[in-house]
Amino acid sequence: MASRNESASRAPADHADRAASRIEVTGLGKRFLTPKGEVFTALRDVTFTVEPGRFCAVVGPTGCGKSTTLSMVSGLDRPSEGSVKVGGREVSGITGGISFMFQTDALLPWKTVAGNVELGPLFRGVGKRQARTLARDWLRRVGLAGFEDHHPHQLSGGMRKRVAMAAALINEPRILLMDEPFGALDVQTKAIMQTELLGLWEQLRPSVLFITHDLDEAVALADRVVVMTSGPGTVKAVYEVDLPRPRGAVQDLRYEPHFLETQHRIWESLREEVQRAYALTAGADA
Amino acid sequence: MSITPTAAGQVAPTPPHTGAAANRSVAEAGRRARRRRLIWLWVARFGFAVVVIGGWQLFTSLKIVDPFFYGQPSGIWKRTIDLFENGTEFGSFWTDIATTLKEAVFGFGLGAAAGIVLGVSLGQNRFLADVLGPYIKVVNAIPRIVLGSIFIVAFGIGVTPKVLLSAVLVFFVVFFNAFQGVREVDRNILANVRVLGASPLHVIRHVTVPSALTWIIASLHTAFGFAIVGALVGEVLGAQHGVGLVIKTAQGSLDPDGVFAGMLVISVITLVAEFLLTLLERRLLSWRPPSPAEAAAI
Repeated sequence: MASRNESASRAPADHADRAASRIEVTGLGKRFLTPKGEVFTALRDVTFTVEPGRFCAVVGPTGCGKSTTLSMVSGLDRPSEGSVKVGGREVSGITGGISFMFQTDALLPWKTVAGNVELGPLFRGVGKRQARTLARDWLRRVGLAGFEDHHPHQLSGGMRKRVAMAAALINEPRILLMDEPFGALDVQTKAIMQTELLGLWEQLRPSVLFITHDLDEAVALADRVVVMTSGPGTVKAVYEVDLPRPRGAVQDLRYEPHFLETQHRIWESLREEVQRAYALTAGADA
Repeated sequence: MSITPTAAGQVAPTPPHTGAAANRSVAEAGRRARRRRLIWLWVARFGFAVVVIGGWQLFTSLKIVDPFFYGQPSGIWKRTIDLFENGTEFGSFWTDIATTLKEAVFGFGLGAAAGIVLGVSLGQNRFLADVLGPYIKVVNAIPRIVLGSIFIVAFGIGVTPKVLLSAVLVFFVVFFNAFQGVREVDRNILANVRVLGASPLHVIRHVTVPSALTWIIASLHTAFGFAIVGALVGEVLGAQHGVGLVIKTAQGSLDPDGVFAGMLVISVITLVAEFLLTLLERRLLSWRPPSPAEAAAI
């Protein structure tokens, strides 16, 4: 049963050696200096763990610092206090073996689809021809064989997401960070992409930190759901999701009683945060 | 009754043949409409030229406007032919054109290259940009055309001062665009390639330069105009050959037709350069989506 649980859940035995992909966030805080010279605390005392090879979702109201947390895990941003450890090593600067998927398109519009996907291997020093072969292989795996020479603007939103997915996974990262990757997609495309993500994830089993404001998405995909509060952002509760894997099609999962029960329990906790955050922004607007 | 996919399929029983025929006739009508529009477009364009040039000719012929001061289209045409056939007092008109063209093209190349290199490197380096920013603003505020006088004094009346003047004018246009282009690089794309492990050199090659290229190429159109202006002004200030010298001489002998003839030739050169730059733009920026205007709605 899903329960509030701060302790680590056990990773499958065959991934026990992948401790290098554990993400430990401890007492993380982030403060910004506003243009007026005031200190704004975006995050305070955020603590949670992503076990190796597990899928962890972070949900919370808008502006609770979810994305800030993610950029500190990736090493793009530095924490003001606390620490992020990846595989037991403190993160300082860009860490190897991490891939990032953004909400907005991060594809290079001047490169072809294959040109975009092969960037990862090229940056790692793989030869041009070998990188191209790898890119073709990954495009086939995300169902885009035959689109290698298209430019991103010629593809639909869902297809661009597949390209981004291939580009993120081609380096076979030990950690995959996703910042509302399917947020801009329509409902049907989103469900299809979620199912495909689960399929690819089960082949590679990187540790995933997945940010979303869609609780259904979080419960359908994740083993663990971290609920965050806003202003300043901090962890409110952590829930384990014990829906069996492989989970199959996300569309069908939504109607299972156990899914609904889990979703409902987490929503109880999330709802007051969302309402509080909404009241704050509405008050600020007035 | 429940709605099943087969039931839904039967709801729209359009026989394929009529559908295709209807499509063809719609396409045909669309093509006709487009052709009609194109014909009217050219009629209107031609009409506009007739009104402007014809009006000029008419008013000067009727002496409502004095052709002695304002020239006359027929006179300009005759003068242009005359320039090409008989040359000027300094030699063949082709030599003048070649000189001006050489100055403009060298100045353009020099200025554009310097502008791109400095713009990209300053756009990359925030600190350096902040240090040099005010100085660049000051230099930009100087009326640079006056530098022509200094170049003439320093380098004589050969080709060099004109090339330099052209280059200075071109440099600032290209520099500011390259600088801005680098600043406008998408933050997400930058973060993405950095996480993928790109080195700073990778970032410049795969992200910064291609991204800034849109801006740089747009600036090259304006920049070539400035290159020509630089060459001409340099020649007016002092030269042995060049279209600018021909224009200056015509001005000295109160010959407006001669000034306009020089202008005409320069315009043609600029239009040709513009065309070549557009070809280059199409080639380098082929990845860009077609603008909505190009996909004409029927």
